[in-house]
Amino acid sequence: MLRVVNGVSLMAERGQVTALLGANGAGKTTTIECAQGLQKRSGGSISLLGQDPGRSGADLRSRVGVMLQDGGLPPSARPIPLLRHIAGMYARPRSVDELVERLGLDTFARTSVRRLSGGQKQRLALAAALIGNPEVLFLDEPSAGLDPQSRQLVFELISELRAAGMGIILTTHLMDDAQRLADYVYIIDAGRNVAEGTVSQLLQRDPAVEAGTDHVRTLVFEAPPGLDFTGVLPDAIAVSETRAGSYVASGALTPRDLASLTAWWAAHGVMPGSMSLAARSLEDVFLDISGKDIR
Amino acid sequence: MTAPAATAAQGAPATLLRRILLQGKYESLTMLRNGEQLILAVVLPLLALIGLTVTPFLDGFGASRINVAVPGILALCAMSTAFTGQGIATGFDRRYGVLRFLSTTPLGREGLIAGKVLAVLAVLCLQVAVVTLVALPLGWQPPASGWLPGLSLLALGAVAFTALGLLVAGTVRPEATLAITNLLWILLGALGGIVIPAERLPALAQGAVHYLPSGALGEAMREAFLHGSLNGGAALILLLWTVLAGAAAIRWFKWN
Repeated sequence: MLRVVNGVSLMAERGQVTALLGANGAGKTTTIECAQGLQKRSGGSISLLGQDPGRSGADLRSRVGVMLQDGGLPPSARPIPLLRHIAGMYARPRSVDELVERLGLDTFARTSVRRLSGGQKQRLALAAALIGNPEVLFLDEPSAGLDPQSRQLVFELISELRAAGMGIILTTHLMDDAQRLADYVYIIDAGRNVAEGTVSQLLQRDPAVEAGTDHVRTLVFEAPPGLDFTGVLPDAIAVSETRAGSYVASGALTPRDLASLTAWWAAHGVMPGSMSLAARSLEDVFLDISGKDIR
Repeated sequence: MTAPAATAAQGAPATLLRRILLQGKYESLTMLRNGEQLILAVVLPLLALIGLTVTPFLDGFGASRINVAVPGILALCAMSTAFTGQGIATGFDRRYGVLRFLSTTPLGREGLIAGKVLAVLAVLCLQVAVVTLVALPLGWQPPASGWLPGLSLLALGAVAFTALGLLVAGTVRPEATLAITNLLWILLGALGGIVIPAERLPALAQGAVHYLPSGALGEAMREAFLHGSLNGGAALILLLWTVLAGAAAIRWFKWN
């Protein structure tokens, strides 16, 4: 028995967006497919709206909307008849016309699914997931293939659905998606969840500042290789030369720290080739935790 | 948008019957819109019918060529739609994730399969109508007592072939499904006892074809429409194929 996922434990709330963040192959899709009842799990337990998705019937399925990674829409179908067909599976579906207008599906209403662009397919798949007016919505990589405008459209809709009380669970390998959409993030790596929290909790997740409230920032600068910054900055702030001549200082940097660093440069006649200061991103957190780049 | 507005009309499934009927209708229309499927389902069986009435293959059975040919052609129609047509359609639906998506909707896996069987039976009704309309002017004279056993066995055969088609579609790649179901359609069509009675086949094949779904259905259809009788043995063989293929499909069908 292949254990793709072994040690994932998570909880999603109504009115919240819960994100499963991880690299490709981390086990995100397997996890939510078990929750959708699409895969049989060999152990563990899952409760969705109080029921076991592995054994439940049409009642549970009518309360849960699913958007699969590959869409799962028949290639020869046309968007609107397809939505009407799926709507017929529910006793009280949402209005097809309203969803068509909202997601801009009317611009390609006469095109078969086979000929739609990636973004158009994603929007149609989202409409198909929402047509039953679900309480819980699963989105597997929702922004895959979306152009910037569609992405904005989809993100606005997700925010609205959350405000209306829907529980939304999404998987993504895009930090930006998680940072913009998620109320709560689970970081999944090699089949287990390795960290969790709100985005701001995760961003502060640094041993040195966990107790405090300072925001972690990252300073990246280029200078001659081989410089030794020992004693220039407080011990809690690590400075490392990631490749020859490229330095990264990460931690709860203060204005005083910046002054110390630039004073040291002045004293040693060092003029950096470039420098940039940024708030820590989920990307840095992910790198810290899993020891690998998410892409 | 407010919270109560979203929860007031919260999700509930349509009734099981409605879901199955909808899926059956949707799949029937999809099949009828597919040109290749129509060739397989209608054009080739009609060509075979004409071929059998202008050649002496079916002489010497104590009935006119057309009376011997039509029951086998109806059986061939069932194999076209249920085995080859539905097999290929399901194989590609599986490739594109359609089966997975539909099984997350209230339709579910059971509803999806019921819808597919329904679609096969609906298309088969149209095929029977077309073949009858073509065969009657050519001199087909079915006994009134032949319709009840004939159509019942045809439905049973269609269910058996659907189970076989789904078994292939659910276990191999869609390209392989395409090759296997088309090749078997030709082999069983020519040598499987479906349109040409076992007696006219090579000696080697004669004993075996009675146990094939094609041979059993062809034989039973000819008995029904030539003598108005129900061939119980053939019905049993078809039932056995349905159970075996159905159980194997349940056991080995891969949804993704």
